[in-house]
Amino acid sequence: MAEKKKQGSNVIFLTLLAALFLTVLPLPEWLRPFRPEWATLVVIYWCLALPVRVNIGVAWVMGLTVDVLTGTLLGQHALAMAIVAFFTVRLHKQIRVYPLWQQSLSVFTLVALGQLLVVWIRGIAGDSPDSWLYWGPSLTSAIVWPVVFVFLRDIRRKFRVA
Amino acid sequence: MFAYGQAAGLRFALLIFFSLALMTIDHRLHYLDNVRSVISIIVYPIQYIVSFPSSATSWMGENLRSREDLLVDNEKLDTQNAFLQAQMQKYVSLEIENMRLRRLLDASEKLTDRVLTAELLAVDLDPFSHKVMINKGLRHDVHKGQPILDASGVYGQVVQVNPIVSSVMLLTDPGHALPVQVNRNGLRTIAGGTGSTSVLNLLHIPNNADIKQGDFLVTSGLGGVFPAGYPVAKVSVVEPDPSQPFAVVKAEPLANLESSREVLLVWKEKSGQEKALVNIEDGGK
Repeated sequence: MAEKKKQGSNVIFLTLLAALFLTVLPLPEWLRPFRPEWATLVVIYWCLALPVRVNIGVAWVMGLTVDVLTGTLLGQHALAMAIVAFFTVRLHKQIRVYPLWQQSLSVFTLVALGQLLVVWIRGIAGDSPDSWLYWGPSLTSAIVWPVVFVFLRDIRRKFRVA
Repeated sequence: MFAYGQAAGLRFALLIFFSLALMTIDHRLHYLDNVRSVISIIVYPIQYIVSFPSSATSWMGENLRSREDLLVDNEKLDTQNAFLQAQMQKYVSLEIENMRLRRLLDASEKLTDRVLTAELLAVDLDPFSHKVMINKGLRHDVHKGQPILDASGVYGQVVQVNPIVSSVMLLTDPGHALPVQVNRNGLRTIAGGTGSTSVLNLLHIPNNADIKQGDFLVTSGLGGVFPAGYPVAKVSVVEPDPSQPFAVVKAEPLANLESSREVLLVWKEKSGQEKALVNIEDGGK
């Protein structure tokens, strides 16, 4: 059992790493506000698939890395991602059996929750964004969710991550 | 063992508390620069790899150019160099004269500046604050608050220094303000960022102030961060509004904020000119 539990840690690590790459990959200026929250999406996926192994702890570390990588206040993405992971793990049995489009709606809500927390924190720190485009990532994250889900599911099956 | 037992709840509460503590300390006390430095070294490979394609294409662009192109470029640069040299000769004598006059007046002396070029890393940071990463850090003696210029004007200042890279806040970031003065008449004001890379707001200018469209703004050196006299922006809009205490004045930054790939780091120093002046005075005796 213990042997089985550890299978595929590398795969999980690599998918999280890929999400970090996508988080800072240069995009054209007009596209930048619409970058999906790749890191949150991958964390949500693993929280749904393997809530025992990937949960708030991993999410928190991931969030902290995003904070350093993008130069934001240390801990703001960590907090947001830990809370998103908390709700994902709580609801994973329901979300797992939804059809993909309903999963997208759940992902929209979860990512928007994370963004809401970040915008609160930024407001308190005196650097709130003044444009509705701020919420773009929630929308695009929901749109790309089916692709991310199918892609990561295939990877999980191929490498038998369990 | 399962993720939502009592232990998980406790862990969740702890993580939240820990995040709040981190944010408070990071925002208020700045004790966490070391933590950030350590993590930044771990994530540096990500930034390096992400910016690799763009630096590789620019490297190939430089290395795969035809001979004619290079010759044409070379000629252009030669002409430009001769022109700048000629201007510089005048500048040196003026500068020394200026120093001598300042010394006569017992005024404080103008500082000379040491510079180092840095390259921008092609990584995207938060789209709602204007920050970029440069490839110089603690190793190269970069310090927090250090001014950054590009070829045509003030670019921004260093806000975070890590061992290998540092992040720079552009002067158009909504949280940035820069003391400037109008080059024509010395009128002092503050240029605040707006979040758009082509607009700066000039704050607290009375309706009857002598400022016109097309006026050049230079750093006034009053904030203590930027050396005085570097070009910043050109006034683009002046709208006196009698119903308000201050006029609406906007300016356009001179630096190529969207297209510069190389920027200059500036250290304020008190060396070169003074030595030059001493040399000349010694020679005159």
